[in-house]
Amino acid sequence: MADNQTASDLIVRDADHPRDALIATFGADKPLKLDAGVSLSPFQIAYTTYGTLNADKSNAIMVCHALTGDQYVAQVHPVTKKNGWWETLIGPGKPIDPARYFVICPNVIGGCMGSSGPASTNPQTGKPWGLEFPVVTIRDMVRAQAMLLDRLGIDTLFAVVGGSMGGMQVLQWAASYPERVFAAVPIACATRHSAQNIAFHEVGRQAIMADPEWRGGRYHLEGSNPRRGLAVARMGAHITYLSDAALHRKFGRKFQDRENPTFSFDADFEVESYLRHQGITFVERFDANSYLYLTRAMDYFDLAADAGGALANAFKGTPTRFCVISFTSDWLFPTTESRATVHALNAASARVSFAEIVTDKGHDAFLLEEPEMFGIVRGFLEGASRARGLTGKK
Amino acid sequence: MSSMTDFNAAKIARTASGTRVDLVLVSQMVARGAKVLDVGCGDGELLHLLGESRDVDGRGIELSREGVNECVAKGLAVIQGDADTDLGDYPDDAFDYVILSQTLQATRHPRVVLEHMLRIGRHAVVSFPNFGHWTVRLQLLFAGHMPQTDILPYSWYDTPNIHHCTIKDFVQLCNEIGVKIEKAVALNAWGSPLRLNAPWWFWNLFGEQGVFLLSRKD
Repeated sequence: MADNQTASDLIVRDADHPRDALIATFGADKPLKLDAGVSLSPFQIAYTTYGTLNADKSNAIMVCHALTGDQYVAQVHPVTKKNGWWETLIGPGKPIDPARYFVICPNVIGGCMGSSGPASTNPQTGKPWGLEFPVVTIRDMVRAQAMLLDRLGIDTLFAVVGGSMGGMQVLQWAASYPERVFAAVPIACATRHSAQNIAFHEVGRQAIMADPEWRGGRYHLEGSNPRRGLAVARMGAHITYLSDAALHRKFGRKFQDRENPTFSFDADFEVESYLRHQGITFVERFDANSYLYLTRAMDYFDLAADAGGALANAFKGTPTRFCVISFTSDWLFPTTESRATVHALNAASARVSFAEIVTDKGHDAFLLEEPEMFGIVRGFLEGASRARGLTGKK
Repeated sequence: MSSMTDFNAAKIARTASGTRVDLVLVSQMVARGAKVLDVGCGDGELLHLLGESRDVDGRGIELSREGVNECVAKGLAVIQGDADTDLGDYPDDAFDYVILSQTLQATRHPRVVLEHMLRIGRHAVVSFPNFGHWTVRLQLLFAGHMPQTDILPYSWYDTPNIHHCTIKDFVQLCNEIGVKIEKAVALNAWGSPLRLNAPWWFWNLFGEQGVFLLSRKD
C-alpha cells in the first residue's frame, strides 16, 4: 500500500508540476469551452519547445502526441529516463530539424503530464479532480492548443504532425483552424474511431474500473492506485499496436528463461513476460483516470458527424496541404481508413499526398525506425517549406 | 494502369536535356498556372516538369507504391490510387487539365476513364503508344508474334497494357463519347512530330505515339 501511495503521489505531482517542461496557465478570463457544454477554468498546458521561432513566426511545427505519449517528444523523459518518443523523426539532421523549425509539443488536456486532467488538482477543492474532471474531446484538446498558440503569439503553424491520437488532432486542427495550418501530416489515424477500436478501449476501461483499488475513480483521495487494472488495460492495448507477424518474429512461441512449460500460470512464454513488463512499467508514469478520459476522447472522435455527415465538408475549401501516411500491417488504423480520409480530401479539392508504407510492425510503426516514412515526411516538409518561402530563411 | 515499370522499361525518346519528348509535348498543351491532375504519374517526371516549366498546381495518382513514395519524397502531391476505381471520387470541374500519359492502354475501362477525365477536368491530355505503327503491324504480319518495340517492350503474358489501340481507334472513341479534339500530334520513333497536315491514315501508320488535347463538346 505504501508503494501504491508513492506512485500515486508522484503521478499527482507530475500532473501539477511536470519536470523539464514549460507551463502556460489560463486564468478565469481565458476559459476553455468544452464540447461537453462546460468550461474549464483555470487550466494549464504543459509543453516543450525545440529550436527557435523565426522573425516572421512562420516556422512553427506542432507535434501532437498519441494516447499514452506526452510532451517529452525529443528529450529524455523525466520519469522513465528513456529517450524522447519521437527522436527518430525530430532532432538534428532528422526530418523535423530544430535547426530549421520551431517545434512545439504540448501535453493534451485530460493527460497526466502537466496539462489539466483528472490527476491535476481541482482548484475548487485543492484535491485531485478524479472523475469530477469534465469529459474532453479531441476538439477540446485542439482548442486548448490553439489557445497556447495565441499565447505564444503564433498566428499560423507551418505544420501539424502526429500519429494515432496525435493524427486525430492533426485532422481536427485542419478542420477547426484551416487558416492556421499550412501543412498537415496525419499518420496512422482515421477521421473517426471505429466500432472495433471503441470496443478495445471499453475493455481497457473495464479492466481499470474492475480493479477494487480504483475506488470509483477516487483512488488519489483514498491512497490507493488501480495498478493491476491499468496494467491489464495497457497489455490489451499493446497487442493492438503490434501485428501478428511482428509478435511472431519477436517472440514466436519461445519460453522465457526456461526449457519446458511449468504447467502453471507463470509467464512461461516470452510474449507473456513482455506484455507484463509493458503493463508494469506503464503504471509508473500514467494515471488510470487519465487513461479513461483519453480513450473516451478518441471514441467520440468523428469529423464527418461534426460536419453534418459528409466528411468532405469538414475540409471544404481547405488551403492546407496534407500528407497522409498509413502502414500495411496496422490493423488498428488500417489503410482503408487513411484512404477514406484521402477520398474526402480529394472531394474537397485539397492538395493531398498519400503514401502507404510496407512494414510488419503494425500500428506502432510510426514511432519506430521506418526510413521510408522519414523520407516521405522530409520530402513533404521540404516541398511545403519551399511553398511557404521558408527555405533559405534563418 | 501505369506503373514505374512502364517508364523504366520503355525506351522513349528524350530531349538533349534528358526529358522525355512526349512529356515535353504534353506539358506544352497545358496552360500556365493551371490546376492539373496527372493520372498514372509514375515517378513524377511530368509533374516535376509541369511545375518547373508551366508553374502549374499539380496533383498525381499512381498505382505503384514505390512510385507514390518517391513522388511524395520529392515534395509532389501524389496519392496511391487506381485510375479505374478512384477517379469517381473526384468532384466535377476540380481541375483545369486531367492528364493520362502512357496509361490509357493499361486501364481496365479506357472509355470510363476518359469520361471521368473530362468530367473532373475541363480539358484532358492523353498520350498513348500507337498500336497501328508500321513496326507493330509488320511484326504481327510477318513474324506472327505479338509485337514488342522500344516503347512496348513487354511479352504478351506479362504486359500491363491490356487495351491497346491505334490512333484511328482513339479518334473513333473520342467521336463516340462526344469529345472535342482540340489538338493532336503524332510522334515518330525519334520523338519528332509528324507533318501536321498529314491525313489520319498517315499518322496511324507512322506515328509511334499519339498525343491528344481534348475538351468537352458543349
